[in-house]
Amino acid sequence: MDEKDLDLLHILEENSRLSAQEIATMTNLSSAEVEARIRTLEKDGVIRKYTTVINWELAGNGEVSSIIELKVSPERDFGYDRIAERLSRFRQVRTLRLITGTYDLQLIVTGKNVQEVSRFVSEHVAPMDRIRETATHIIMKSYKENGNTLFEQQEAERLPYSF
Amino acid sequence: MRNFISERAQYIPPSGIRKFFDLVITMEDVISLGVGEPDFRTPWNICESSIYSIEQGVTSYTSNKGLQPLREALTRHLNQRYNLQYDSADEILITTGVSEALDIAIRAIVDPGDEILIAQPSYVSYAPCVSLAGGIPVPVECTEADHFKLNPDALQEKITKKTKALMINFPNNPTGGVMTQGDLEAVADIIIDNDLLLISDEVYSELTYETNHVAAATVSDLRERTITLNGFSKAYAMTGWRVGYLCAPKELCDAALKIHQYIMLCAPVMGQVGALEALRSAEEDKNSMVNEYRLRRNMFVAGLNRIGLSCHVPEGAFYAFPSIKGTGLTDVEFAERLLKEQHVAVVPGSVFGAGGDYHLRCAYAVSRKDLTEALTRMEMFLNGL
Repeated sequence: MDEKDLDLLHILEENSRLSAQEIATMTNLSSAEVEARIRTLEKDGVIRKYTTVINWELAGNGEVSSIIELKVSPERDFGYDRIAERLSRFRQVRTLRLITGTYDLQLIVTGKNVQEVSRFVSEHVAPMDRIRETATHIIMKSYKENGNTLFEQQEAERLPYSF
Repeated sequence: MRNFISERAQYIPPSGIRKFFDLVITMEDVISLGVGEPDFRTPWNICESSIYSIEQGVTSYTSNKGLQPLREALTRHLNQRYNLQYDSADEILITTGVSEALDIAIRAIVDPGDEILIAQPSYVSYAPCVSLAGGIPVPVECTEADHFKLNPDALQEKITKKTKALMINFPNNPTGGVMTQGDLEAVADIIIDNDLLLISDEVYSELTYETNHVAAATVSDLRERTITLNGFSKAYAMTGWRVGYLCAPKELCDAALKIHQYIMLCAPVMGQVGALEALRSAEEDKNSMVNEYRLRRNMFVAGLNRIGLSCHVPEGAFYAFPSIKGTGLTDVEFAERLLKEQHVAVVPGSVFGAGGDYHLRCAYAVSRKDLTEALTRMEMFLNGL
């Protein structure tokens, strides 16, 4: 991993649809080098996936997301890992993290409606062994996701000419 | 009625860009590479701290020199970043943008008839400010062959008995040229041998892409005879905040302070509060902006060369300065027709003085998308010539 790789990652994180040629001119590499480096980064698991930031509210699919916090009794030898891996297998769990503070695990769970999310939590998550307490927060509105603001910002006006 | 306009005001040439301004406002979908400022917004932590200070009623004059905490923070910053040593008590003066700093620096040293050398192409206000102070601006041309660095021989040639000072600006607006330690050492010898003063405008010091900026006052024995100018506009995307600063040995700083206190009193306090926050917490914001400029530069300069406008790689600031020799047009004709025919605004190089003709200043502080579109339009324009 060198500076050129970091450049590639920053560029792709911002816009993964740029062509190798476009990235090449920005980084002073050849297209072939860009492709080779990206392949290596993919193979090494540094690049996990190419995805899209979507404002689902605008798309109008009506999905509900919620943040679920869990208190968990860790297991001898495994800590939180086994239960976390188990939870992460559920399709509904979009994000799963181990955190400090009052709760141990934090999940982001998505479902068609509030009922589906609450059913998932009460039937699948809460009854699992070692889960001592859950707290469910429905997400009412998302303003920013992964560094991307989801509301319209006014363009700042600039003079067409200035020195 | 008499003509009330002073001879000095009459004598200053009007801005070479006025007709472009008038033209551009009649057009839609113009992509402007004519800007001299970042396209980023000021980092929010800076805005937030300034807003909070207004809420707290911090709205009065500051001391003439500027807020003491800001001067102290600057002393530390300049020392750590550039190895510059200035005393926060009496060697730093906060000004209303670098424009004011430049004006008072010139007025503090120029007597009528003094010749002031200006490394050109240069920012457009240098020569008029010298003229307004009664001095005689003398251009020293920096050429493309020298990568727009100041050539010691060219400098030596322009020195007369009346020469008092030299003004430089590296990283340079409009060429993007920078001066290394070695480049500056060669010039320093001439400055010292001829007992000249140096005004070094380093407002683009944070925007270098290959090497770290070398502050002129740290080279050789230049410190005692250098006025360093810098500001927050370019590095922190704070152009509208109007905060700059002047650093110089006490005697010089005191002279500039006298003028500053009569014409400006102090820089706006809201801007000063924002500037202090910039030094405290905006390092990462600044770095990510600089990184983005670097990627855009690589892309844009490669594009210019690809479409047939030869352009050296600018090592600093956010301007590309391609040559248009061989197109059969002057820079003014080129810029005017490009604007009319393809709706791309650039600044003709000749407005920046000696060495600027047959070049264009293209700011790449615009989005990558707009840069790509501008290149496409410029290529179409060239194909139509």
